[in-house]
Amino acid sequence: MSDKILYSYTGLFDTPDEIIHAAGKTADEGYKKFDINTPYPVHGMDDAMKLKPSRLGYFALVFGLSGTFATVLLMTWMTAFDYPIVIGGKPFFAFPAFVPIIFEVTVLAASVATVLTMLFVFFKFPNNSHPLHDTDYMKAVTSEKYGISIQAEDELFNEEKVKNFLQALGAKNITPVYFDNEELNVKHAVFEPKFISLLAVVFILVSGATYITLNKLMFITPFNWMMEQSKTIVQESNVLFADGFGMRNPVAGTVPRDQIPYKYKGDPEGAGENLANPLIPSKEVFALGEVKYNTYCSPCHGFHAEGDSRLRGQFPNPPSMHSEKVRNWSDGRLFHVITEGQNIMPAYSSQLSREERWAVVLYIRALQRSLNAKESDLQ
Amino acid sequence: MTTTDYRHEPSVVEGRPSLRELDEIIAKPLESKPDKKYFLALAVTLSMLGIGVIGLAFSFYYGTGLWGNNNPVGWGFPIVNFVFWVGIGHAGTLISAILFLFRQKWRNGIARFAEGMTIFAVMTAMIFPAIHVGRPWLAGYLFPYPNQHSLWVNFTSPLLWDVFAVSTYFTVSFIFWYVGLIPDFATLRDKTFSKIKKVIYSVFSLGWRGSNRHWQHYEMVYLILAGFATPLVLSVHTIVSFDFAVSILPGWHTTIFPPYFVAGAVFSGFAMVQNVLIFIRKIFNYEHIITLDTLEKMNKIILLTGSIVGYAYAMEFFTAWYSGVQPEQFTFVNRAFGPYAWAYWIMASCNVFFPQFFWIKKIRRSIPFMFVLAVLVNVGMWFERFVITVTSLSRDYLPSSWAYYTPTLTDFAILIGSFGFFFTWVLLFTKSLPVVSIAEIKAVAEGSQPSHKDH
Repeated sequence: MSDKILYSYTGLFDTPDEIIHAAGKTADEGYKKFDINTPYPVHGMDDAMKLKPSRLGYFALVFGLSGTFATVLLMTWMTAFDYPIVIGGKPFFAFPAFVPIIFEVTVLAASVATVLTMLFVFFKFPNNSHPLHDTDYMKAVTSEKYGISIQAEDELFNEEKVKNFLQALGAKNITPVYFDNEELNVKHAVFEPKFISLLAVVFILVSGATYITLNKLMFITPFNWMMEQSKTIVQESNVLFADGFGMRNPVAGTVPRDQIPYKYKGDPEGAGENLANPLIPSKEVFALGEVKYNTYCSPCHGFHAEGDSRLRGQFPNPPSMHSEKVRNWSDGRLFHVITEGQNIMPAYSSQLSREERWAVVLYIRALQRSLNAKESDLQ
Repeated sequence: MTTTDYRHEPSVVEGRPSLRELDEIIAKPLESKPDKKYFLALAVTLSMLGIGVIGLAFSFYYGTGLWGNNNPVGWGFPIVNFVFWVGIGHAGTLISAILFLFRQKWRNGIARFAEGMTIFAVMTAMIFPAIHVGRPWLAGYLFPYPNQHSLWVNFTSPLLWDVFAVSTYFTVSFIFWYVGLIPDFATLRDKTFSKIKKVIYSVFSLGWRGSNRHWQHYEMVYLILAGFATPLVLSVHTIVSFDFAVSILPGWHTTIFPPYFVAGAVFSGFAMVQNVLIFIRKIFNYEHIITLDTLEKMNKIILLTGSIVGYAYAMEFFTAWYSGVQPEQFTFVNRAFGPYAWAYWIMASCNVFFPQFFWIKKIRRSIPFMFVLAVLVNVGMWFERFVITVTSLSRDYLPSSWAYYTPTLTDFAILIGSFGFFFTWVLLFTKSLPVVSIAEIKAVAEGSQPSHKDH
């Protein structure tokens, strides 16, 4: 026995009244390092042991408020700064709509953090090996007895004196508890290789699972048959046709309705001389021309064809269409520019149909006339 | 004529069992091998679960077109079941947190079990929003994490509030439950003779020694958790009701929804807890721990919350009439007398009429009667969610798009499966963990607290 180090002297009591009395007496004697072990919390024990109130409430307050502010900041940043989208006409910083989530995160942060604080700070988990474990004393106090344990570390500790003191209190089964030599050599379980490797395994598992979930799992489409349909897809092979191509050529010798070949490719003068506007000026035609002009032409040429671009210098401004030169152009010449483009102006034949192009030509004529009106127009 | 001595509060545990006897009887199911009846019960619940799994497998294989959900009723069974199961969970938190704050000693005998049911009910509930989105494997996008699209979730949507509310509720309930289990694990650790069990209990008891220096912090944490869980449980069903109330559909767009939903949740939850406890106390011989008085008190709460729900039904009609809004008025007339009148009257009779029998003390204390009444309450509460969800959607502002919602066989398979899932967990729980909190029940046993004679 001599090689064992004494941890404490323990005694057992049968009733809560006795243990309260014993705790009060022990505290009065001046013992500081003693403990009461009971199967359930006994009312009034904190006062009898002269314990200060638990400070966990402050931790809960701090953690809860941190959760509150972190959520407010995070949501504000996400919805008002990082990726602002108007949803349901609400402002980006829609505080009333944030309240439910703020509340939930506050509760979550405070609850989780307070429990972890209790376990890791107040209970010193995982450093939970203790000489009292696995003793008959512990078996009794987790079930039906009320125990007191006065530690050898205490300044007033004296083996004989404590034994007599416990006897005087009426304690039964007064036994010494010794440190377990094996456990004594382990100081900080946090630095034990076993614990660290456990942490490492947990870390690898968690990060691996997160990686797989976010980068692989979320992109799996287990059932994607909707994407496989039994139709002919262009640029893929098809066994229906002799040449094996899915894409077909137009029937030889035919022309699609809207794609009449343009005769005057690269020949603006020819177009100017030979092409005439097939449209008869009418309210509808001018309206069509105005819409198409405002959509496709006005960004560079301006709403009044003055070359006042709205593109703020991203492209050089085009010359005004009110110049002598353009006014004297024939309709066919203007049509040719719209169809083929000129200088940096691209061709608009793919955006505007033939009819629409002629309507735009008519509208340009009207715009030119508006700045160079003839006297007869006043009547 | 007899007089009652009110100076002395009778203990909630009957028969003055010693602390050791309490240990023995609560730990007995964990130390004995399960009998035939247990396996029979497990076979039934697992078969139900299997039916649900088959229903879900078909749903994933062929798509959610197998369900009755279609325009205009896009929220069919999945949402009805979600609200129902979340509601079941609420009784557990009410018993463990709110009754704890009110110092109701009778809650100590049933708190552990009710909390367990909360956790299982929330787990069951979480299945439904996940499958209702159609592609449950993409549920990760519900959480705001920096994803490849650099998009964030919509924090102003009630559906996202739901994600936060339900996941917080589950986490906090689980922590609360585990914290309550720590001292019991220590008791079991020091009691068991099996080596494997000892290791398991030692790990989960976290080195608990019943030290008063620990009890002090432990009680503080328990108080804090109860203090947080109380507003949390109210917030969860409030937010679930926001899913409906924040929309502009007639019959949903009302401010009465949050209190009405919370009362309904407690109502159905207590009925479910009462149902299961009747079996538990009988099978495990806990009649002196979960006493008839406790059950009677639960029945009183069922009566109270049922009356609140009944009041809310009446007030909905009044509000609709008083609002002067025609679609609103039509919706409520349609509920009671339209194509879904059968569902409405099942709901009204089960939730409002039948619980009124609990005014009679004999019925309140009669096990068969209270069991049947509580089953009816849960039938009624399921139909309440059905009525709210389906009637408003099936006939909204636009008569041309009205349609009658009919659930399919797959819908019913998944509903049965949810009950199987829930009761499988309950059964496993009864054999693996103490269903009554050992430490808490000891603390309210006769003579367990000092009498402070010397003061």
